[in-house]
Amino acid sequence: MTRLWFAIVLAGAGTYAMRASFLAFAHRLANVPPATTRVLRQIPPAVLAAIVLPALVRPEGELDLLQPRLLAGIVATFVAWRTGNVGLTLAAGMLILIATETL
Amino acid sequence: MHLLAEARAGAVAVAPMLLGVVPFGLVAGAVPVAEGLGAWAAIGLSGIVFAGAAQLAAAEVLAEGGSAAVAVLAAWVVNLRLVLYSASLAPYLGHERLRRRLGAAYLLTDQAYALSVIRWSAGTDPESRLPYYLGAGTMLWLSWQMATIIGVLVGRAVPQDVPLDFAVPLVFLVLLVPLLITLPATAAAAIGGTSAVIAAEVGAGPLSILVGAAFGVAAGVLSDLSSDRAGRPPDQPTS
Repeated sequence: MTRLWFAIVLAGAGTYAMRASFLAFAHRLANVPPATTRVLRQIPPAVLAAIVLPALVRPEGELDLLQPRLLAGIVATFVAWRTGNVGLTLAAGMLILIATETL
Repeated sequence: MHLLAEARAGAVAVAPMLLGVVPFGLVAGAVPVAEGLGAWAAIGLSGIVFAGAAQLAAAEVLAEGGSAAVAVLAAWVVNLRLVLYSASLAPYLGHERLRRRLGAAYLLTDQAYALSVIRWSAGTDPESRLPYYLGAGTMLWLSWQMATIIGVLVGRAVPQDVPLDFAVPLVFLVLLVPLLITLPATAAAAIGGTSAVIAAEVGAGPLSILVGAAFGVAAGVLSDLSSDRAGRPPDQPTS
């Protein structure tokens, strides 16, 4: 319980600090060094893939390529690519997972 | 009156984006409940962190039994892009008082950033900038909190055998796929995903997200540097 709220408050405090970072010093006009920009730009694809791929290829805690979550993920990737829509991607991925699991 | 119209323009501009935000908010409400963290954790994450991907990353780590430190680090890493947004918007708000800038910071999101930077860089009266941003940001905030609460209620009602946890990778896919149009981003994702899987296989547990992120960022930077050296112009920062 304390672990949970400690994490939530600290995650929120750090997130706010990042949001406020340059806005707090706006009167001095801010400019990010290009090297920093270069690193920051790589973070979203790296982190997102680090969360997504393990969830698709090792859902039960070990590598397994012949299971419904990978299939549902591949179809959902296609839907996400074609539509960019959260609702449609969720629906497609969930339906395929539920359908293949109950078959 | 003119400022109120600007706020309304911001709220109207963000409306089409809610189509993507609301389902994401539903997931952010439902997943912590389904994973046993409780309704207040979901509502607390949305109110205090107010950043969907980071909320789900932290919830994932906590539900798997990871430490608070790993959960916090995961959320922070996911949110580092906000520093870039903050830096990109700051020059436009230099005339505003510190207190108002600090209040505005809480509402900084992908959507509020994208809308504002596009409108402001086209040239606007400085006094109208903050109202526009606040109109968009407040609209998004309200939608996010309401979607979270509905998600909490839905999450409780969903039967145990519906694999709600799978909503997390699905939502992240929608964020990830559009990024894969440049070589550095694709390298970052490929190496980031693969090294997270390898790290998890050798027993890194929830830490594997951070391991994957580190290797992925390194791969992306290397790829970016080598495309510079090959004479191609680097892809421009969002600012």
